[in-house]
Amino acid sequence: MNFNSTDAKQWLRMGPRAMFGQFMINIAKRNKKLMVLSADLGRSSGLARFKIEFPKQYISVGISEQNLVGVAAGLADEGFKVFVTSFAPFLSMRASEQIRMNLGYMKHNVNLVALGSGLSMGFLGNSHFGLEDIAIMRTIPDLNVTCPSDCSELGKVLDDYAFNDRGPSYIRLTGIPGSKNVYDKNYGYKFGKNITITKGDDILILCHGSILGQVKLSVKALKKINISAELINIVSLKPIDESVTKLFKKYKKIITIEEHTSIGGLGSIMAEKILKNRIKTELLSISLPDKFGPTGTYDYLLKYHGLDSESITKKIIKLVKKK
Amino acid sequence: MLEKVNEIKKLSYKIRKTILDISYNSGEPSHIGGALSMVEILAVIYSNFNIKVSKPLDRFILSKGHGFLALLSTLYCKNFIKNKKKIFTFQKNGSDFIAHPIMNKSIGIETSNGSLGQGLSFGVGLAISYKKREKDNSIIVVVGDGECYEGSVWEAAITATENNLNNLFIVVDCNGHQNDGAINKMMNFEEMKKKWLGFGWNVNSCDGHNISALIKVFKKNSKTKPTAIIAKTIKGKGVNFMENNNDWHHGRLTKNLYLESVKSINKNYSL
Repeated sequence: MNFNSTDAKQWLRMGPRAMFGQFMINIAKRNKKLMVLSADLGRSSGLARFKIEFPKQYISVGISEQNLVGVAAGLADEGFKVFVTSFAPFLSMRASEQIRMNLGYMKHNVNLVALGSGLSMGFLGNSHFGLEDIAIMRTIPDLNVTCPSDCSELGKVLDDYAFNDRGPSYIRLTGIPGSKNVYDKNYGYKFGKNITITKGDDILILCHGSILGQVKLSVKALKKINISAELINIVSLKPIDESVTKLFKKYKKIITIEEHTSIGGLGSIMAEKILKNRIKTELLSISLPDKFGPTGTYDYLLKYHGLDSESITKKIIKLVKKK
Repeated sequence: MLEKVNEIKKLSYKIRKTILDISYNSGEPSHIGGALSMVEILAVIYSNFNIKVSKPLDRFILSKGHGFLALLSTLYCKNFIKNKKKIFTFQKNGSDFIAHPIMNKSIGIETSNGSLGQGLSFGVGLAISYKKREKDNSIIVVVGDGECYEGSVWEAAITATENNLNNLFIVVDCNGHQNDGAINKMMNFEEMKKKWLGFGWNVNSCDGHNISALIKVFKKNSKTKPTAIIAKTIKGKGVNFMENNNDWHHGRLTKNLYLESVKSINKNYSL
């Protein structure tokens, strides 16, 4: 799936959930085996038009996420290309064991699309936030965990899963309509591979999800004060692109930034790798606290948790200046 | 009909004997009681439906995974597994044959199981696929009565009626017991019928050890609804000292107990 800068601008306004629905329509036109399942969140998944245009390729199972995953596995077993959607905690926690059995143990090729992960559900509150989903999902053997950073990357990720045999997946959608774009022109996406956003010399920043848009702004601001950062998009949290460990040796200071709790996400993954590879470096993990926090608009929450570009820039400067 | 019933009776005996042989041979405790309660159910399903390995037509899903001894024995007796040595690896270190099924399509094991309440949703997925592909075959899922405490069973029950899955059967093996003992009266045979009726299923009930009755209820399916067969069974059926004795939910056969249990089924089935 290719795109141009006009697409990127337009998709940014629509946001990841509406775009998910659009991408599914696009895939359905090319793949008759596609089945999209929802547990009463079709509209919230941008699937209203999909339902009308492809009624035979859409199933709503009602508000029953455990059942949703089992039904999806049955369809996958019969050769359908299955995408299921729900909000991040309802998939990763309520249906966690069904995912473990059907996608992990039996390896049924189902793609789970976790909507509104991170803090993007705003006023709906902690019940709807995806704070711990990466930590939970990446412990399930053979389940890919993919975290696209903007709508264009989401399109590439969905297309890649729809037309290749990658095995079961958990696709984590973060950000809201208007969240900063990471890509404004077409680029090459490869399953399981990191993508370099900017090259640099002073520090290494590893990041995933829509927060990458904020970090990109920080990198620009840092450049102005002569701090050169290498920014890598870790779009695949499982499998991890091991080439990242080569970069470790180059940098004395490494930063991970993510919209996920400090437990079990990118920060934990990289801490393990640094330790295993006996790298002498300083690691700063910027993430959400191991605590339920307040509720508010997405922008308010990013600021509250210090995940907006200004706060990120400050934290990075502090780390760079630290001796 | 009579000939067929006799044939299935013989098969049921063979399955029972194989369950005891495998369990004894393992030297380990295993789920004998709940396997013995579903012998006739499996014997009828594997005799009356078109279940094949090479070309999947009718499909059988064991949702009460702890009934695997019965499925393993059935697969052996129906020639899905040809090598007798293979079944005697049951519960030996490293074997694929353990307390609960591990998916192995090449010998007819459709799903991995062991976590209750998951088989029906998978069966619903298959049944929807069959409808979409205009395949005429049936999906049969066996659950336990205790398993029906799992909420996910009822989530799947709703999806099945909403999609008019008349190609889907569930058999509830009502042996009246669960891990910790007798099942509460709110989940007994009579209540179970009401529950499935309430969820909009076509409900038939019968003595789950009566072969001709089982054959009949499978024929009383509906044109629009999924069918629930509520089968009243006896946990440990056929072995006198095991019947309705929940110590045999998961128990170990010593040599003496094994010999006594074989004597018991020989007497009860006069073969």
